Amino acid sequence: MKVLVPVKRVLDYNVKPRIKADGSGVDLANVKMSMNPFDEIAVEEAIRLKDKGVTEIVVVSIGEQKSQETLRTALAMGADRAILVVSEDKVEPLGVAKLLKAIVDEEKPDLVILGKQAIDDDNNQTGQMLAGLLGVGQATFASKVELAGDSVTVTREVDGGSETETLKLPAIITVDLRLNEPRYASLPNIMKAKSKPMANKTPADFGVDVSPRLATLKVVEPAKRSAGVKVADVDELVAKLKTMGVSK
Amino acid sequence: MKTLVWVEHDGATVKDATLAVVTAASQLGEVHLLVAGQGVDAVAAEAAKIAGVGKVHVADDAAYAHALAENVAPLIVQLMGDHDAFLAPATTNGKNIAPRVAALLDVMQISDILSVESEDTFTRPIYAGNAIATVQSKDAKKIITVRGTAFAKAATEGGTGTIEAVATTGDLGVSTYVGSEIAKSERPELTSAKIIVSGGRALGSGDKFHELIDPLADKLGAGVGASRAAVDAGYAPNDYQVGQTGKIVAPEVYVAIGISGAIQHLAGMKDSKTIIAINKDEDAPIFQVADIGLVGDLFKILPELTGKL
Repeated sequence: MKVLVPVKRVLDYNVKPRIKADGSGVDLANVKMSMNPFDEIAVEEAIRLKDKGVTEIVVVSIGEQKSQETLRTALAMGADRAILVVSEDKVEPLGVAKLLKAIVDEEKPDLVILGKQAIDDDNNQTGQMLAGLLGVGQATFASKVELAGDSVTVTREVDGGSETETLKLPAIITVDLRLNEPRYASLPNIMKAKSKPMANKTPADFGVDVSPRLATLKVVEPAKRSAGVKVADVDELVAKLKTMGVSK
Repeated sequence: MKTLVWVEHDGATVKDATLAVVTAASQLGEVHLLVAGQGVDAVAAEAAKIAGVGKVHVADDAAYAHALAENVAPLIVQLMGDHDAFLAPATTNGKNIAPRVAALLDVMQISDILSVESEDTFTRPIYAGNAIATVQSKDAKKIITVRGTAFAKAATEGGTGTIEAVATTGDLGVSTYVGSEIAKSERPELTSAKIIVSGGRALGSGDKFHELIDPLADKLGAGVGASRAAVDAGYAPNDYQVGQTGKIVAPEVYVAIGISGAIQHLAGMKDSKTIIAINKDEDAPIFQVADIGLVGDLFKILPELTGKL
């Protein structure tokens, strides 16, 4: 069984984004970039499924040439080979989904596991779009994945609790935070990953038009909250709550 | 512009999340609703009374009973022949369904909008709410999810919508609903609560969480939330989680207890009207957004506070 895991290179989640002075976007020059945290969970899940019938894990990334570092990280975690689709221009989820569809058509994986959202654009779209384009089942926000023959049963985190669905394979899964704890790549595995195969492609190789449909007109800082006051003790806090009408 | 709004419901009543979407849709034009499910006459009747609603499309079929995206997306695509925009709340349902619809229509979705600037221009948060982007869509049809806390709720009475059955599109046959576990709570739902009391990792254990947070919430008639750290540590169930990856809330009063204020958490609550923070670390980032702060040991402060209210 083959699993495809798309991964994205994003601003490291510990770094506070700086907005460019001209309002054109977030400044990504000389800042730490990492694999999108949800994608690490997706890679980890694919690796864990290796005991359960998964024989090959292919990771793919779409973006600038430097995304190959992200792919090397996934290979060091335990993926078998990588596909890099180079586009120095930003590709939107719809374009990514179309490229992934083309790759799925070629590679014919039984399962595609993605992160539920990327922490830069916060879109939460790509997995669902890919499932729609392929006409296959989708299980979003997965917190548990169980493979059984030609189907997969997924527990999903939904508002108010959890929900379980069974999907026919091939299927698309997007993962939530609580699915697993991703492993760190060991030094020997990082060395080994350097010799694992990585194919270099471009959107044109797949005949996919990835021109953007959304124009970003400006990016600004959110409104700042005005500085608050510190109260000295509980009595003062209770008095404040009473003036606010929160408590009688 | 004719808009189609996804009605979020539990099979019996319309959920609050729908009302904010109606407000957003009314800023674009004529508002039509879609009620999809099984045995949803009561939901449709309630939906038709929402102020400002025109037509209510009702799709009643077993295939829609659990809002599986595989089955409802083709239904929405069929209705989009006659509508210019589809809007859904940015709930787990809305986030699950809308992108699939967008892909089937070959349209780029606009996620989690905060405002409608014009028919094709919207604002939305990126980077965990650390930046607000203004985006313009070049697509003919707009597929949008709406952040509920960013729009006023439409009135639930006064509307005179007409109810119309639509042709159903059946079961795509690739997915099956197995079951669900919905956490029971008598407290107000987080996303609609006026007051929220939220606990973090500093509470130390699930027992302490319930022992200290619950009575305070009950005194205030508040919903109970939690930081991701508290949820990951197992102190609270995961649907309590407030943050970028949990629920986005904007109550009148948000009380953050033992929460440091990581950006992940702030993204979920920093639009609250008043933020109150109780933390023993006076340098905790939460104090930079709190209107009222109290520095001290929560294990001493909380019982005293609950007692004095």
